[in-house]
Amino acid sequence: MLRDLFFTFFKIGLFTFGGGYAMIPLIQREAIEKKKWCSVDEFLNIIAIAESTPGPIAVNSATFIGYKQKGVLGAFFATLGVVLPSFVIILLISLFLVQFKDNTIVANAFQGVRIAVAILVLGAGLKLMRKLKKHWLTIVLIIAGFILMLFHWLPTIFVILIGGIIGIMYQTIVTWIEVAKRG
Amino acid sequence: MIPMIEEEVLKHGWLNSVDLLVDFIAISESTPGPFAINIATFIGFDEAGLWGAIAATLGVVLPSFIIILFIARFFTRFAKNPTVNGFLSGVKPMVVGILVAVGVGLLCRSTIHTDLFHLSDWVFDPRTWVIAAVLLGIRLIRPKMNPIYLILFAAILGIVAYSLISI
Repeated sequence: MLRDLFFTFFKIGLFTFGGGYAMIPLIQREAIEKKKWCSVDEFLNIIAIAESTPGPIAVNSATFIGYKQKGVLGAFFATLGVVLPSFVIILLISLFLVQFKDNTIVANAFQGVRIAVAILVLGAGLKLMRKLKKHWLTIVLIIAGFILMLFHWLPTIFVILIGGIIGIMYQTIVTWIEVAKRG
Repeated sequence: MIPMIEEEVLKHGWLNSVDLLVDFIAISESTPGPFAINIATFIGFDEAGLWGAIAATLGVVLPSFIIILFIARFFTRFAKNPTVNGFLSGVKPMVVGILVAVGVGLLCRSTIHTDLFHLSDWVFDPRTWVIAAVLLGIRLIRPKMNPIYLILFAAILGIVAYSLISI
């Protein structure tokens, strides 16, 4: 299992191009659909927590899923797996930086990869959206998150905090109403 | 995270100029892994070789690793807490909205090479449209295909499209 965690997350880490969010469709495919290491609902919770805590969402999600499977050791091997490919490749690239930067074939390949990553991330977002409860506040928050992020009006962490605070406020109001009805 | 990294890097004088940093941000689009890890490894290596790379990468990974371990440990206890539940139920749709926005942003930057609303900066590059159309087609016809294959295929498409067609 530890080896499984390591190699699966190594594979995920190896193909995460263009930033941490690119990892989400890959984790969805490998860890959730194939290995069934957590459900989609749990995954939604995990990325919510991973976004609300310091550190790259990619690494946080790996740590979480690893822990869920095999405790601290699981977390360690999942995290190690997901970090290693980027570590090794950057070391190699540092040595051959100029060649890498100016190589046309590499640049062309990545023009394509960048588009694939965009489509995958979009797909992952839409897939997760389907899994959310169809509640008016949920829809409002999805749109809010979308617009705030699209226009970069606020840093991500503030968007998250706002969502969390609204969630708490709504929860509190609902509870009050419940208590008032009964009282 | 990028502005904070920029600030720290320049403060310590680790990169000679902002240009190298901007260059590196571009390079990290083409390297696996989250940006924070990439830049930590890069600067660590630049400053102090292999051990520098290890130290910097450990530094950037360890805090969140420990915090997540802590949260995961008590997650079952946290999960029952109504405030936590309220918080998460608010965060979840926000994150989904963010994810879709990131996807749209990535799509724009990879096809029109700029943000959606910077209309005057739109770049006319039909090669990207062809690639996007093909990839979308594959994605719709075979939604169950492993994303890794899509990425590999996209790399080939990129090489083909950009070598055969010139603007």
